[in-house]
Amino acid sequence: MSNIPSERSLPIEFWNSFSLSIKSLFGHSSEVSKEPFSARKRNQLFRRMLSILLFFGIWQILCMMKFNFWINFSFLPSPIEVSEATVKFFSTNALIHIQSSVIRVLAGYFFATILGVGLGILIGWFQKLEDLVFLPLELLRPIPAVAWIPLAILMFPDAESGMIYITFIGAFFPILISTIKGVEGVDMLLLRVGQCLGAGQWYVFKDIVVPGAMPSIASGLVIGMGNCWFCLVTAEILAGRYGIGYITWESYVTSNYPPIVMGMLMIGLMGSLSSYLVERLIHLLMPWRITKKKTA
Amino acid sequence: MAKLLENNLQSQVKGLVEVENLSVGFRRKGVFTSVLDNVNFTIQPGEFICLLGPSGCGKSTILNTIAGFIKPTGGSVVVDYQRITKPGADRGFVFQQYSLLPWKTTFQNVEFGLKVRGVPKDERKELVDYYLNRVGLSNYRHAFPYQMSGGMQQRASIIRALVNSPSVLLMDEPFAALDAQTRHMMQELLLDIWQDLKSTVVFVTHDIEEAVFLSDHIFVMGVNPGHIKTMVNIDLERPRHVDLMLTPEFMQLNRHVFDLIREETLKSMAFEE
Repeated sequence: MSNIPSERSLPIEFWNSFSLSIKSLFGHSSEVSKEPFSARKRNQLFRRMLSILLFFGIWQILCMMKFNFWINFSFLPSPIEVSEATVKFFSTNALIHIQSSVIRVLAGYFFATILGVGLGILIGWFQKLEDLVFLPLELLRPIPAVAWIPLAILMFPDAESGMIYITFIGAFFPILISTIKGVEGVDMLLLRVGQCLGAGQWYVFKDIVVPGAMPSIASGLVIGMGNCWFCLVTAEILAGRYGIGYITWESYVTSNYPPIVMGMLMIGLMGSLSSYLVERLIHLLMPWRITKKKTA
Repeated sequence: MAKLLENNLQSQVKGLVEVENLSVGFRRKGVFTSVLDNVNFTIQPGEFICLLGPSGCGKSTILNTIAGFIKPTGGSVVVDYQRITKPGADRGFVFQQYSLLPWKTTFQNVEFGLKVRGVPKDERKELVDYYLNRVGLSNYRHAFPYQMSGGMQQRASIIRALVNSPSVLLMDEPFAALDAQTRHMMQELLLDIWQDLKSTVVFVTHDIEEAVFLSDHIFVMGVNPGHIKTMVNIDLERPRHVDLMLTPEFMQLNRHVFDLIREETLKSMAFEE
């Protein structure tokens, strides 16, 4: 490498180091090769903290400047206003709202997992069943949660079950589809292994098909959880009195803007947390998986 | 231990393979391509046969029809007087690719065939432990496949098939993905554990040296369409060890097979001799 940067190499050098720092921000620490392990971890943590600071910092600045060029920040609640609203919220009975939301998500997710994985395995495995249910399912799948609200009100005895239905719908289809794909995509080689060892249908199913489909099912479960929270606000538009989504919606209706952002961020936080928990749980169920994150 | 092995061997004919007028082809876009055309051979119980030939000559296809993975378009495959229509535990298969179930430990993988056929737990343990010991995998019985090298995985695949005492052991280039040193060790090891069971072995390879070292007879195959060109008798004494490969008799046989196969290899690559 010549010491004198040529006309052409300078932009390339710049781009290299820029992309390296962006990548390390998102955790691709293996590409930041020159630092020793503990220093690398420390720097990674530092950068991630910095990203949060930058996020709120830039937002605050744009609000204070009343930035108005294409996107209008003048009426947007600033982080300070949002944190004030958060403090106020937690001084009242915040717990009941959080609790209601969490229960609705968990209930909907639970049913979606049972039905989605169960049905998915059967549909993936039995062609006749797939032929029977495929068309109705494909028809229902693209319908967004919002569109289900009127029907949920009509079909379900009370608002609570209607809301659980909406969160259920959010998680059900990703889980179902990933399970079907997982079962259908089991390696033909491993199926042959089962055959030439004399395994009957039941053992092939239990010991080859289901474990083979697990990675796909796992990704469906993670996506489903995220979707579940996503549908929560929609669901809680139905709600009478409690819930984070309800708080958010009510604040919008009464033109009280800081709690809207607070509600949004809380949903975002709880959504990420639950997805992360699902991922950790899945990891425990599949000890044989080599993931790229394992360090040597 | 010997008693357990003895009890595993049934008293009928074990491993008579009769292939009669076997043809396999497929139709794509209205064009019928013949992979195998009128293949005929008989393998006596306990023989070690190599199918040797250039790529595309259909040797894996013959193996797959004996295994029951593919249905012939013409002719028949008969093992121990039973016509073959589907796979079964009497015909064990060792694949070219690594085929251990990734979510099971070595022990669980090897015992799988026994487990699905209802062999009781302690009997399973004794058999599996014996074979793991034979191939040097005792310390890895609780390891997952991803924690083991290629050679180790293939060793496990071989005993996974052998632990069921199959009448016929079918092997599709099982050592192709291994480095040369490991390959030689595996070839010796295979002969060693085969001696006890004496299953019929049908071994597919494109490696002449391997074929001459391992087999009693080599079926040299030709292409376009796949057929058996010649059968070569390998009269070398058993037990055979790796240093046999340097002896003059071995080299001579090697040369002989090499000449037979050269013509077919060039043909498969569409060169004119």
